[in-house]
Amino acid sequence: MNPTVARLTLRGLLGRRRGLLLLVVPVLLLLVSAFAAASSGNHHDLVVDILGKLGLGTLLPILGLVVGTGAIATEIDDGSIVYLLAKPLPRWKIITTKLTVAIGITWAFSAVPMLLSGLLMYGTKEGLALAYTAAALVAGAAYSALFLLLGVVTRHAVVAGLAYALVWESVIGNFVEGARKLSIQQWGMAVAESVAAEGSLTSVVSLGAAVVLLLVVAVAATVLASVKLAGLTLASEE
Amino acid sequence: MATITIDKVSRWFGNVVAVNDVSMSIGPGITGLLGPNGAGKSTLIHMMSGFLAPSTGTVTLDGAPIWRNQEVYRQIGLVPERESMYDYLTGWEFVLANAELHGLPHPGAAARKALALVEMEYAQERRTGTYSKGMKQRVKMASALVHDPAVLLLDEPFNGMDPRQRLQLMDLLRRFGADGRTVLFSSHILEEVEQLARHIEVVVAGRHAASGDFRKIRRLMTYRPHRYLVRSSDDRKLASALIADPSTAGIELDWQEKALRIQAVNFQGFTTLLPQVAQRAGIRLYTVAPADESLESVFSYLVSA
Repeated sequence: MNPTVARLTLRGLLGRRRGLLLLVVPVLLLLVSAFAAASSGNHHDLVVDILGKLGLGTLLPILGLVVGTGAIATEIDDGSIVYLLAKPLPRWKIITTKLTVAIGITWAFSAVPMLLSGLLMYGTKEGLALAYTAAALVAGAAYSALFLLLGVVTRHAVVAGLAYALVWESVIGNFVEGARKLSIQQWGMAVAESVAAEGSLTSVVSLGAAVVLLLVVAVAATVLASVKLAGLTLASEE
Repeated sequence: MATITIDKVSRWFGNVVAVNDVSMSIGPGITGLLGPNGAGKSTLIHMMSGFLAPSTGTVTLDGAPIWRNQEVYRQIGLVPERESMYDYLTGWEFVLANAELHGLPHPGAAARKALALVEMEYAQERRTGTYSKGMKQRVKMASALVHDPAVLLLDEPFNGMDPRQRLQLMDLLRRFGADGRTVLFSSHILEEVEQLARHIEVVVAGRHAASGDFRKIRRLMTYRPHRYLVRSSDDRKLASALIADPSTAGIELDWQEKALRIQAVNFQGFTTLLPQVAQRAGIRLYTVAPADESLESVFSYLVSA
């Protein structure tokens, strides 16, 4: 961790309008949950829909995308990354610091509201609130690492990230069994299933496989991002 | 004493050759990297600052490779051309962050000193996003100098600056050069380089066109053949009067343009001669236009010289 890199990343992510934009995710989730809790009582299926489909399936990847790419892609795009790179600072340190900040923000804006929403709608029943919180923690970390990598390797990180999160995980994942297994969302679900009361949740991936895959993605993305950053070429303006 | 050595360096992007077999050595003092837009100056500076790998050849600082070697930044200060610099930070926060990133033992003191050097203390509490171009340039300089580097690389530092800011920056760079630092700046404007650097390196179309003392190169530029397009009330009469003088090397009657194309060997001699000859012969001059005064043509003359 480099405290200066962390401070710059944090201010870049939370400063100005981006901070407000990030707030949309928890506010939306809490509002929907409050509305659901007030209107229809405590149905298991409704909680699964709101926390699973809306929270874990839609809001978390979008948040991860905004935070993960925002942690580095913005600086690469506008060229201000030069001020970090023209320093005797190991590149892996820049990446791991940025990743730590991105994960922290993703957790604060997704896992915490996920827990609050779960408790609000369903209390501690079946361990659902805790289960989805655990899923948000592991999936949030993996999304952050993946989207940070995209921010380093492509100038179209947001498009590539959206293609993965929405097209691959949501659309293709709904129709193709194999695709569902290669999805951070489903790996998170495997963790949720193991935390929740037996039989309350199901997932298509076993817990062992999910944990291994989550670790592989997070570690590989971090290593690759560090290597790519070390050889970052600033496009010639001529 | 720090020296950057570029040895047989080429760099291409796909099929486009941006830098073609360039070798040069940049030592202490101020060096101007001169060339028209698109000549490969930025590509060279990117390679010297470690942000671009040469396709072939090597770029080294005192023998150590610059590409993928973050340790060189202990010696290099970089002032990039682009303006983005964490607009949400104040000048003070920005320079301090740079000092911290260098791992300096007393970052606060270093930041204060650097801001004083560029005379920006008065605006250091303002956000850099609110700065004028000249102020940004000076704060960028402060961030590049905060670790007291031996080498300072500046990519088109005078772009967009007003004359007063330009003079201030030139003074500053002169001081660094006099301190024995290696200062390299790129520019496509002849006069800028002339005012600041005694030693220049000229690149044209990716090739190293000239190197050495500015006065020598300037002389080459002044005494090169100049071409003019001239229209007058009597082109033939003017042509015969001009060709008698040794400052005129050749004259052609261009029927389509209805004008004379004149090649002069001596720039000053010819520009004095032309109006005198016309006056004596009672010829009115309608057009006197230099046909090849663009920087590009001056540079291409240098390449062939």
